[in-house]
Amino acid sequence: MAAAAPEVIISVRDLVNRFGPQTVHDGVSFDVHAGEVFGIVGGSGSGKSVLLKTMLGLRKPDSGVVEVEGRDITCMSDRELREVKRRYGVTFQHGALFTSLTVTENVILPMVEMLELDETTLQSLAELRLRMVGLSVEAGAKFPAQLSGGMTKRAALARALALDPALLFLDEPTAGLDPIAATAFDDLVLYLRRALGLTVVMVTHDLDTLARTCDRVAVLVDGKVIVDTLPGIVRNEHPWIREYFHGARGRLMAPAGEGEVRGA
Amino acid sequence: MPKSTEFEARVDPAEGRLSLAGDCRAADLEALETALREWAATGSRSVDLSAARRFDIGPAWILKRAMADAATAPAVNGSLPAHFSYLDEVLDGASARTADIAPPPREPAGLVRLGRALEIRGESWYEALTYGGKLISTAGLAWRSWKHLRIPSIVRHAYETGYQAVPVVAVIAFLISVISAYISAQQLRPYGGEIYTVDIVALGVLRELGVLLTAIMVAGRTGSAYAAELGVMKLNDEVDALESMGINPYEVLVLPRVLGLIVALPLLTIVADFMGLFGGAMLTRYLIDLPWPQFFTRLDEAIAPTTFWAGLVKAPVFGLLIGLTGTLRGLQVRESSRELGRLTTVAVVQSIFLVIFADALFAIFFLEIDF
Repeated sequence: MAAAAPEVIISVRDLVNRFGPQTVHDGVSFDVHAGEVFGIVGGSGSGKSVLLKTMLGLRKPDSGVVEVEGRDITCMSDRELREVKRRYGVTFQHGALFTSLTVTENVILPMVEMLELDETTLQSLAELRLRMVGLSVEAGAKFPAQLSGGMTKRAALARALALDPALLFLDEPTAGLDPIAATAFDDLVLYLRRALGLTVVMVTHDLDTLARTCDRVAVLVDGKVIVDTLPGIVRNEHPWIREYFHGARGRLMAPAGEGEVRGA
Repeated sequence: MPKSTEFEARVDPAEGRLSLAGDCRAADLEALETALREWAATGSRSVDLSAARRFDIGPAWILKRAMADAATAPAVNGSLPAHFSYLDEVLDGASARTADIAPPPREPAGLVRLGRALEIRGESWYEALTYGGKLISTAGLAWRSWKHLRIPSIVRHAYETGYQAVPVVAVIAFLISVISAYISAQQLRPYGGEIYTVDIVALGVLRELGVLLTAIMVAGRTGSAYAAELGVMKLNDEVDALESMGINPYEVLVLPRVLGLIVALPLLTIVADFMGLFGGAMLTRYLIDLPWPQFFTRLDEAIAPTTFWAGLVKAPVFGLLIGLTGTLRGLQVRESSRELGRLTTVAVVQSIFLVIFADALFAIFFLEIDF
């Protein structure tokens, strides 16, 4: 958990991303601390996915630095980058499970690629991951097309956890889930964070998820980023942030958030 | 993941003792597994964890399972990994023993497999039949109006499958006719009958080679494209989306493609015929010194008025077969990317097979009616 002087695991400095004439990120800087759940929010087109891709090393930024555990990933060789990526677990918005493999085979895949292990060991590790995310072992024999939305998200998380990552990136983990399933997913993330000491970076629009799981929140707005704890963000006077948290949907936040939010 | 250099697993066979030291990360799973196997062979009597430090959850689980597998619970020296209590929670009362993991289902017996294969084959035929039926009824309805016939869409597909294939079809037709002219001229030379090279090339290209090679080329190019396009649409639920809007996907997706190909293939065949004759003329000009005018005089004598049509009339039929196979296989894609690849392959192989099979039927038919 975050100590008095939090250990910085990801450090983004002066990040600039452009697509042609359009500047998506115009000098974005923030730190992600070890062991925290870090939320990223922003309007459509504000560059959340681009930011996530840059942090994952899937996209080279136009300028700026992304340091993971003190090493800059933007100017690494492919080999070094692969080493860093092995410490990552990633779930994509639509699961990105391999459709031609069963769930169990999906979970096993990273282990088969990285390690030489017995079939029984692999099966048993797959079972562990499935149980960790609350899937039954029977679900492991199914193909991704046979899963419900919630199960797909869980299976994707199971695959992301396969190599005991230190860093977990979740892209819209609760989008499209019913409130019960979304709450269960939040619990799961908190539980894994607590039990495994994971650092979680999460892009989400789910205000309940933000309120329940995230220690700090980064808001992408006007090509810049504002990072604060959630109550701090909610008090921010920026018009877009006010609209986001105090709009018709945002009002749900008030009872869980600060008392003064109501009056604002 | 960088290997934690400090991790060390030692087995003392005499004591049946496993000693672990240092951090045990996911990257150390291999070393741990090897040690555990040795340990199990020596009776797994005790574990020394006094020098062990942090465990990742995967290695902790493997260790826990190995300890649960031991005949008698092994004596533990030092403290168990912190994850063990979490693993107990995950397990929720269920046992961690290897034996409790359900074995994979057995392969069914030969007869069962044969039955399943036949069932799948039968279903596939049935599906092809209903598909043909639906398409015919759609085609019948589409004549109602210009809008439903979707002329722009047909033209686009004819352009993509026809016009864009012109270069490759032209080159292939040219080369094939050059090859056949060359071989014929060589074979006929001892008999002084080189002039008949023209007959062979003209008849071969116009009746068979022109249309057949074009159809095979198009089957490879367009059959696969149709199957892949429709397959991806199917995987993205786009076909269901059309249906839910009350739009008939056969009318929008299938019919324009098939009709486009029926239009494009005869036109391509004409190009192939022309290029084939050109190739033949060029080769005879240089190989047997037959001047251009004489080639055409000979050509005129060699072919009947029907020769050209005997080739061309097959083209729309081949187009229909290729279009139907490609679109049907595309729409059969379900669930996975592997299906997409498999059915695209099937589309190409089957359409080439059907084209050649149909060509054989045409040959017999034309022989019987003396066409």
